[in-house]
Amino acid sequence: MTERGVCDYPALPVNKEEIARYAGCPRGVLPPLLEACLAEAAGAVQNRVAWACFSVSLTDEGMDLGFCKTPSRDLARNLLGCERIVLFAATVGAGMDRLVQKYARLSPAKAQLFQAIGAERVETLCDAFCRDFGKDVPLRPRYSPGYGDLPLSVQRDVFAALPLEKSLGLTLGDNLLITPTKTVTAIAGW
Amino acid sequence: MTTKERIRAGFLLLDGAMGTALQRAGLAPGEKPESWNLSHPDVIESVHRRYVDAGADLILTNTFGLNAFRFEEAALKDLVFAAVACARRAIGDRDVLVGLDIGPCGKMLAPLGDTDVETVIAVFRQVAALGAQAGADLIFIETMNDLAEARAAVIGAKEGCELPVIVSNAYGADGRLLTGADPETVVTVLEGLGVDALGVNCSQGPEGLAPIVETYLKLASVPVLVKPNAGLPRVENGETVYDLSPADFCAAMRPLIRAGARLLGGCCGTDERYIAGLKALLSGETPLPLTEKNRCAVASARRTVSFGDGVVLIGERLNPTGKKRLRQALREEDLAYLLGEAVSQEEAGAAVLDVNVGDPEVDEKTLLPRLIDEIGAVTDLPLQPDSADSAAMEAALRRYPGKALINSVNGTEESMNAMFPLAKKYGGVLIALTLDETGIPETAEGRLAVAKKILARAKDFGLTEKDLVFDPLAMAVSADPGAALVTLEAVRRIREELHCHTSLGVSNVSFGLPARDGVTAAFFTLAMQAGLSAAIMNPLSGEMMRAVLCYRALTGADEGFRDYIAAAERFTVTARASGGSKPADGADTVREAVEKGLRAKAAALCRETLKERDGLAVIREEIIPALDRVGEGFENKTLFLPQLLMSAEAASAAFEEIRAAAPARERAGGMPVVLATVKGDVHDIGKNIVKLLLQNFGFTVTDLGKDVPPERVVDAARETGAALVGLSALMTTTVPAMEETIRALRKETPRVKIAVGGAVLNPEYAAAIGADFYGRDAMETVRFAERLRDEEKASNGGKTE
Repeated sequence: MTERGVCDYPALPVNKEEIARYAGCPRGVLPPLLEACLAEAAGAVQNRVAWACFSVSLTDEGMDLGFCKTPSRDLARNLLGCERIVLFAATVGAGMDRLVQKYARLSPAKAQLFQAIGAERVETLCDAFCRDFGKDVPLRPRYSPGYGDLPLSVQRDVFAALPLEKSLGLTLGDNLLITPTKTVTAIAGW
Repeated sequence: MTTKERIRAGFLLLDGAMGTALQRAGLAPGEKPESWNLSHPDVIESVHRRYVDAGADLILTNTFGLNAFRFEEAALKDLVFAAVACARRAIGDRDVLVGLDIGPCGKMLAPLGDTDVETVIAVFRQVAALGAQAGADLIFIETMNDLAEARAAVIGAKEGCELPVIVSNAYGADGRLLTGADPETVVTVLEGLGVDALGVNCSQGPEGLAPIVETYLKLASVPVLVKPNAGLPRVENGETVYDLSPADFCAAMRPLIRAGARLLGGCCGTDERYIAGLKALLSGETPLPLTEKNRCAVASARRTVSFGDGVVLIGERLNPTGKKRLRQALREEDLAYLLGEAVSQEEAGAAVLDVNVGDPEVDEKTLLPRLIDEIGAVTDLPLQPDSADSAAMEAALRRYPGKALINSVNGTEESMNAMFPLAKKYGGVLIALTLDETGIPETAEGRLAVAKKILARAKDFGLTEKDLVFDPLAMAVSADPGAALVTLEAVRRIREELHCHTSLGVSNVSFGLPARDGVTAAFFTLAMQAGLSAAIMNPLSGEMMRAVLCYRALTGADEGFRDYIAAAERFTVTARASGGSKPADGADTVREAVEKGLRAKAAALCRETLKERDGLAVIREEIIPALDRVGEGFENKTLFLPQLLMSAEAASAAFEEIRAAAPARERAGGMPVVLATVKGDVHDIGKNIVKLLLQNFGFTVTDLGKDVPPERVVDAARETGAALVGLSALMTTTVPAMEETIRALRKETPRVKIAVGGAVLNPEYAAAIGADFYGRDAMETVRFAERLRDEEKASNGGKTE
């Protein structure tokens, strides 16, 4: 049995300290230009999540995640005792990429800041989704392809399972990077 | 009746979902539906048959994702032929059309993604050609969520076959495509390419799509298509179901049909019951007639500019004629300067930007498309490629993801034969100069006659009034006092007698006179009164912008004088700021401004300082000490990356002033450095930071960009005689490419030093792959480069200084 969906989130509160950290500032220091960049980014951010639930089981070769099989030990440790997982992809859309690309050509300082804002926005979206999902079930911390020994190549299975080209309009490059780049895929179990 | 006629003849009933039907028939998650054309032809045929039985006039082959990006080349032909055969068998001898279905290719086009538009055009061309060979009646491009890709698909389809082309887009919840285009822009760009019908599919239910469909119906001259989902999906007993029943779906479609939609079908969640319902509904409806909207409009990938509502301001500053600094920037491919010119014109109020790279030392065919790409990345304004070289123009138009203003065609046969086919194929509105083999007619009558000739000839190529904007040529009044009146008369008559839009390069009128801006602005006002639709002008000229504001205020076009008053406040504030006391932004010297990262201030102070001191002194005494101090602060962790970058930008702005003050003098040749993000890696923010700082510290940097193969790095190192090559990689998967690049450099250019950086590296790893230096951050790399420079100087006995 599969449960799945696509949902849009409204604008989420901004964590300025987190943006500062991504931008290379230590605790307590906010980057100059931050307010101006946040104002410009506000209209460019979308919050979309596609998700699906699967049953998970341990086999001789590793884990069967319902949408793919993997020998990853690190993920097995993360999912120890879980029977179900939610696989999801969260994206803030192409607008942030456009801003980063625009300012990469005009102002490296702003480009670096938009990069940091994009990273914070998509992580915040993941947090919001997991918090909402975790209201009904005791959800473990999320785990993404590329963490530990879970290879990035799992993205291909994730793309087919959700299916991300159709549901969110995402594309997967030959180098396994997702466009728009401010997108996170992850697995969380319970 | 031909297929093209049939598309325009009245209602055309399309089919419903294929994917959902195949999942019900047992298609496994992750399995490619297109492979079933060969493995389960009976299933495919039966899905088609159900739609034909329900009354569909046009069914779509099971080829949504069938292309060379996803399938082996060898398998493509058999799968396309099998798909068309399945449809044909289902139809039997009934009179039903087969559309070759084409969905998104699965790659994101540059600059957002890493795939070049030519590659994508070729992939679509191949599938369309196979579809035509297999006997499809038309090409149906659907669910496109990127306008650039939809455009590439149409160009590919038209190059691959001569079948009619229908395009359908999928919109997000915000009413735009994923990559930002609004419905007006999608209609403008796709109609410009000459598609036979266009519309929307998937996305939402009929009600959710209604606002988008209304925009299409208002703007499009071709038939409009609607193929919505059966409402919104939800999960029920483990199965995805949609919330609209066939009856609900048809009830929601009825208002769209009555508003004028003519090609109707269903997408996700619909089946033959929905199509049968539509069939019954259509039997009681009459299609609204198609009307020619005659819109004269251009667009970028995200925004449309229409002629006819107020004068369109076309920024003229990206044209090297008479501009030494711009000419130098073009020759050096100084993108930072060129893009700065683009953005400043947008900020000043331009609606379209002219892009001219004409210079004897520049290869237009290479640089024009490149600059069009780059400017497209920093502005949403539509662009106006400006060239008499039709090969350069075609290279630019093929890549431009919107509908360009093409500058220009004229009344000579040679020009018309070269430019009209380009406008027809790639879409675009042509600026048409009223001159021909005999020159520029001296009278308004003569210019009108040339305009008539151009219009008649354009119609031979399938173009109409809406595809042309006539430029009846502003000439210098200093040479002929009657020149302005002739031009104004020509503007008025072209508008009244040909019902065409007009544009002028207004500043020509004041050539040879002192204080030109005032004369130009007065002429501009007269021309607007004569009905001028557009002007190629300098948006940074206060007099010109004021002429527009005043004209609009005086003619009732500026409601409540809102724009005029807002601008008037700006004018007074600027006047006060430049005349009054110093604003308190805390910098009195270039050095301070750079240290504090105040970009505009650094430029302004540098401009002032250069009146008293020469450029080298400013660099030595102001900029370098400031950068050193900021660099030290960064190294001591009292300053952080964002501040370091702002200082670097402020320093760049100051350097730019120094260059502008002495454009003739070659820059002192700094030690050459080559930078690249290695093959397979697309992260370039870190590399760009290193580049900015190295340039600031006086190095001559050749930046090869991202995803650079080893041989290009070797070539560049050899050509520039680089002393240092910097390589960046952010992904563990691309470190082998870095190692390979280092090996190649060691073999071919053994003298060069190699610095590496990036999140996945550390000093040990860098040594293991053979690098000379690991830069933990950008400043470390700068210091390493400085050490190399000092060593080089020492070994040359200080001769380089």
